[in-house]
Amino acid sequence: MEFPFQWTLLWTDRMIYLLLVLVVGFGFYVSRKEHLLAPWRQIRRRPFAMSALVLLLFYLSIGLMDSVHFRKQLPMTDTSKALQYDPEVLSLLDVLLEGLKNNVEKTYSAPLATHAFNKQMLEGPDGTKQRIYPRLKYGGAHLVNPETDRWPDLLSRVGERAVFGIGIIVLFYIWVMLVLSQKHQIPPKEMTRKMIRGETETAWRAILLTAGLVFIVVGIAGPLSTKYHLFGTDKVGQDVLYLALKGVRTGLVIGTLTTLVMLPFAIFLGISAGYFRGKIDDAIQYLYTTLSSIPGVLLIAAAVLILQVYMDKNADAFASITERADIRLLFLCLILGVTSWIGLCRMLRGETLKLREMEYVQAAKALGVGNQRIMTHYILPNVMHLVLIAVVLDFSGLVLAEAILSYVGVGVDPAMISWGNMINSARLELAREPVVWWSLTAAFIFMFVLVLAANVFSDAVRDAFDPRLRGR
Amino acid sequence: MITYIIRRVLYAIPILVGVNLLTFILFFVVNTPDDMARLHLGMKRVTPEAIEKWKADHGYDIPVAWNASAEGIQKISETIFFKKSVRLFVFDFGFADDGRNIGADIRERMWPSLAIAMPSLIVGLLVNITVAMLIAFFRASYIDTWGIIVAVGMMSISSLFYIIGGQFLLSKMFRLVPISGYDEGINAVKFLVLPVLVALVGGIGSGTRWYRSIFLEEIGKDYVRTARAKGLAELTVLFRHVLRNALVPILTGVVVVIPLLFMGSLVTESFFSIPGLGSYTIDAINSQDFGIVRAMVFLGSVLYIVGLILTDISYTWVDPRVRLR
Amino acid sequence: MNRSFARLGLILVFILTACTSTPLNNPYPAEEQEKNVLYSSFSARPKHLDPAQSYSSNEIVFTGQIYEPPFQYHYLKRPYQLVPLTAEEMPHPIYLNAVGEVLGEASSSEEVAWSIYEIQIKPGIQYQPHPAFAKAGSGEPLYLNLATEALEGIQKLGDFEETGSRELTAEDYVYQIKRLAHPKIHSPIFGFMSEYIAGLKELSQTLQSVVSKEQGFLDLRDYPLEGVEVLDRYRYRIKVKGKYPQFLYWLAMPFFAPIPYEADQFYAQPGLVEKNITLDWYPVGTGPYMLTINNPNRQMVLEKNPNFHRETYPREGAPEDEMAGLLADAGKPLPFIEKVVFSLEKEGIPIWNKFLQGYYDSSGISSDSFDQAVRMTGNGDTALTDEMAEKGIRLLTSTAASTYYIAFNMLDSVVGGQSESARKIRQAIAIAIDQEEAIGIFQNGRGIAMQGPLPPGIFGYLEGEAGINPYVYDNVNGRPKRKPIAEARRLLTEAGYPNGRDAETGKPLILHFDATGSGPEVKARFDWIRKQFDKIQVQLVIRNTDYNRFQDKMLKGTAQMFQWGWNADYPDPENFFFLLYGPNAKAGKNGENAANYANDRFDALFEQMKNMENSPERQAIINEMVDLFRHDVPWASGFHPKQFGLYHVWYGNIKPNLMANNTLKYAKVDPVLRTQKRQEWNKPRVWPLLVIAGLIFAGTLPAVLTYRKKERET
Repeated sequence: MEFPFQWTLLWTDRMIYLLLVLVVGFGFYVSRKEHLLAPWRQIRRRPFAMSALVLLLFYLSIGLMDSVHFRKQLPMTDTSKALQYDPEVLSLLDVLLEGLKNNVEKTYSAPLATHAFNKQMLEGPDGTKQRIYPRLKYGGAHLVNPETDRWPDLLSRVGERAVFGIGIIVLFYIWVMLVLSQKHQIPPKEMTRKMIRGETETAWRAILLTAGLVFIVVGIAGPLSTKYHLFGTDKVGQDVLYLALKGVRTGLVIGTLTTLVMLPFAIFLGISAGYFRGKIDDAIQYLYTTLSSIPGVLLIAAAVLILQVYMDKNADAFASITERADIRLLFLCLILGVTSWIGLCRMLRGETLKLREMEYVQAAKALGVGNQRIMTHYILPNVMHLVLIAVVLDFSGLVLAEAILSYVGVGVDPAMISWGNMINSARLELAREPVVWWSLTAAFIFMFVLVLAANVFSDAVRDAFDPRLRGR
Repeated sequence: MITYIIRRVLYAIPILVGVNLLTFILFFVVNTPDDMARLHLGMKRVTPEAIEKWKADHGYDIPVAWNASAEGIQKISETIFFKKSVRLFVFDFGFADDGRNIGADIRERMWPSLAIAMPSLIVGLLVNITVAMLIAFFRASYIDTWGIIVAVGMMSISSLFYIIGGQFLLSKMFRLVPISGYDEGINAVKFLVLPVLVALVGGIGSGTRWYRSIFLEEIGKDYVRTARAKGLAELTVLFRHVLRNALVPILTGVVVVIPLLFMGSLVTESFFSIPGLGSYTIDAINSQDFGIVRAMVFLGSVLYIVGLILTDISYTWVDPRVRLR
Repeated sequence: MNRSFARLGLILVFILTACTSTPLNNPYPAEEQEKNVLYSSFSARPKHLDPAQSYSSNEIVFTGQIYEPPFQYHYLKRPYQLVPLTAEEMPHPIYLNAVGEVLGEASSSEEVAWSIYEIQIKPGIQYQPHPAFAKAGSGEPLYLNLATEALEGIQKLGDFEETGSRELTAEDYVYQIKRLAHPKIHSPIFGFMSEYIAGLKELSQTLQSVVSKEQGFLDLRDYPLEGVEVLDRYRYRIKVKGKYPQFLYWLAMPFFAPIPYEADQFYAQPGLVEKNITLDWYPVGTGPYMLTINNPNRQMVLEKNPNFHRETYPREGAPEDEMAGLLADAGKPLPFIEKVVFSLEKEGIPIWNKFLQGYYDSSGISSDSFDQAVRMTGNGDTALTDEMAEKGIRLLTSTAASTYYIAFNMLDSVVGGQSESARKIRQAIAIAIDQEEAIGIFQNGRGIAMQGPLPPGIFGYLEGEAGINPYVYDNVNGRPKRKPIAEARRLLTEAGYPNGRDAETGKPLILHFDATGSGPEVKARFDWIRKQFDKIQVQLVIRNTDYNRFQDKMLKGTAQMFQWGWNADYPDPENFFFLLYGPNAKAGKNGENAANYANDRFDALFEQMKNMENSPERQAIINEMVDLFRHDVPWASGFHPKQFGLYHVWYGNIKPNLMANNTLKYAKVDPVLRTQKRQEWNKPRVWPLLVIAGLIFAGTLPAVLTYRKKERET
């Protein structure tokens, strides 16, 4: 069978898939071991953490949809000998948001506006020139009298969707309740009571409320955004909601791939240093002290420049914009990984130093178990919780770092849609009068929700895995 | 103690050599001396001869790291790397590519950086400790819950928002402080209010949370319970016992950052156009002035190492049981 | 307790509002408030203030006020006209043929082998006070061969207590021209000038061998320069190869300003360079202002030169200047302003906001603040918004003598070369890039879309119908209207790319745009330009890289399309057409012809045109050149920016002059009015602070109450 499109695997896509496989594998492994499962059970009980998890999963699904890339097939021409594909790389999310992506205005327009934000010189049919606010090409284009019809139209759309959405959610709640009551052998009435009071073992009330909220917001915003620009448009007329949604993947990639890149180094070097001590320890300590004493921005700036040199020398390998931006993103993750593995490495070294003196390790040694096996089988599992905590804790910091790096000028490619780039442009927009506030607001909301969810969730993870650190 | 410090200082030397080498490699992979010359000579009417001359004048006309044409030890010493790094170790930073003395500039720009960093640190500590104490005092009440929620919320906002928002509100809307700039002496105060405030607000979330947990840990200890059982008022317990003991981890945590305060803040300084070392570094990266970048990296690593040593010393200071070998 | 808090708050508010005479947000010292000071900003620290090296527009802001070349542009008259500055009168070149015979004024450029310029300067002009001129009792320079101990207390130039001055002589002008050839100075115009000034190249070679042997001060007076000689104390002579009428324009730039040998000698002393005391940072000139504080990390201050020679405000100007009040000060001695303070500002937003608050006296308008400042009137003119007009701000516009363009690399295998298909691709792109829209979005209409390489105001530019580019525009009622996109598609089909795909293989056409830069503005621009190519179904890949890499690509000629710009050195068409002259190509030759355009006919016409006086014949040649340019489309599209400047009501005598760089001396401020306006505009709002304090108080109150209750219970 032949598809009218061609899969395109970007480098970050591959890494994301790899990460996904690792996470699923890890989850499968954990679910088999009761003692590993216990901390997760604890997290499951915490309503805030579960709300955060729902939000994170929502972001994740957006990010994953944006990580399936392909190119459309071009129609055959009379003379073409082989199938040709459109050079533009699209993602599943682009297809889903096609309406948003293509509804491009000329320049700024406010959220839900029907007219442009700035006056423009328009030539009337009689040749006279007038400076007026032109009607938008897409925003509220279906209205005949935008001045009077806009609010009623908006209200009726929102109301209709909200009623519809709440209906669906209630049905969904009932379904979940029935499934649960089946599973736990509790009568439905009792189950309902427990769920409403939040007395279930898993924090179902929080999960369902958050999920319901997300569902309603998406349900209202989705159809509405094809008729209006929910968050307005930017300087060249692109829909800000679309930009904010595309920024999700960039944020997630920076937050997750960086740790994926850094983990092998940190684990291997940290454990080796602590286990072997002596010269190896000295060498590794030397390495990370040296690296950590170089200001991070400089390392990143230099790395980004190196990449540019490389890309210019191999210009053919990076033919499209998407590929160029993608490789820069990956490189940024790599180099951020290099600057951020030191903390974890140091912690693992300290922990290993303690663990290697433990009786069970000494016993294994006495029994002649090889160094490699001791490290992987006796030490690594006992430091895994530290690794996990580090990973979840670093995530939000990295998402925030992206914005700062974009400001300094060494962040993601300017052609890449990211929250950092949006904030960066917003600085100019805030100086306008009247203020263009919506890009900043959109970036702020999307980023804030993600980072807040990540922070809340990582708190719960830390509390569960390392009770000593509770509350910090 | 003194032998310990000497030993640590000796340890620092290979690290500094490594830092230097790395900076050097990173910079020269992307920036050939030709590039630097072109950047500094400007865009209009630049001839290849002018570039050669510039290189010769600034000492970039010899091989980068290995001089094959020289004899013996000069194979290493007659190179850009050797000539440009050796003098760093006596803190002679040489000249920037625009002809200015880097040492003189660093000495001058250090003060504005400190003028922001020191008040930010001190006021930040005071406010964070106060708020954390308050929260700890009202632990398990709605103030505790909401305090933590607000703190996590504030942590989740990018520092850029604080800067942008602060400038917008305080300077543009309320006209309370100048938007940006700097002045010497007492006149500097009005310029410092906003950056310090922004740093304070930006750091309050994580700071409060961290200190609160330290206080709570301390409160949970036996001696506190004993004190309370003796009938001491809650406030007295908090201030006399908890605060004093909790200050130890707080202050040792602060010591490590003190030397780095000299380096200034990259983003804040360029947003508020404060002529400190942070904006100096950013400008140097943007204009690819290798002399300045190398000097700043070197300075940064030295300060970082000093911070580590200070931390160790502060441990012995607060806890006589710790012995430094 | 609560009441005392409230009282404290009230007192605080009172202190904040009532007791300060200067607004809280005033970034300048309060005691400077009523002084005759002009406030301005600079964004990057100037690299060179040595007139032999400085060539950037941000440096000329300073050097223009400090140094005085023999000539200057008339402040008010248009078209731009050179008038004497330190010279007595404008010189008339004497033309010589190859054997040294004097030729008539009207001689053709083929005959003329040498042009001789004899310049007579005014007597009695004094240098600014400077330690280099300070004399000990014996008449010897006071600060020469200073020992290390003597330098101990010295951190900046102002730390030298004694200063002196000296009369300007012709020798100083000659000395500076020799400095252009100094191997350690790297003058950017040396390469170019050595083609014209007789003996400059040879002098450079001589100096090169001397410099490599000796360290320290090199007295250039000992080395003769064939083409430049001192005739007497006030006269010198320059010998220029061939006929080069534009040479006089160069003599109005700081490159040809005087440098006293004493200054070179003074700065060459060991120990001063380590303290950043060099000619690059502390210039010595005869101009109306002198640089007294040079802290490139924070601020630079120009103060009135007490020794400034008598120069008066021009008595005549363009006809409309009388009406505009620009002649009110005619005949008064210059300069008017005592002191000019330049503060470092890296971001555009604070500059704009400080301007609105009255802390900068003038400002440009970024595209983001445009709508706040300017509105369009019914007939397409610009006027200030009510908000600005209320503040008494004035708007002055002018079209800059510059061109920004998107060009093709003519060496490229797809879009370059003289083949018919490549030319059609270029034409299609030229039509597709809607420059008018770009000007609308990014410049708020402040610009004129390019019809040819010449900007308006330069000889050879044609107004109206005659100036329309027929390859890109249709003539609709005498005004240019961009050809429809269908036409671009048709051209692309003819070139072999129907629907943006190769007619043979069906492969989509992908083009590359090489760029450098970062930041939000750049991103918006990239997005926009991609949209333009989408219109003809061509995908544009933007290869954005750092400045060095970009320069490298340009030098190697491996770019495909790129954006470039040119600011005129002087108002002559030669200064624009040489950007397209074949032998001046960028690739390989490092010339300024960035597009690497080469057309034999065009080159021949250029050689013919370049040294002509402005005349109908010259116009005819220019017309043919413009036509060739339009036909070959080496530049896809471009525009000539219009500059909009905003000036506060207290800032007077302003007329935009794009050629002159020493205009500060004409400007005037009214500090009393300024103080009054600043106070009016900057009343602080303290209530938000009170609201915040109140909220925090209200938030903690319940907790305090519960605690008290708990205390009482136990």
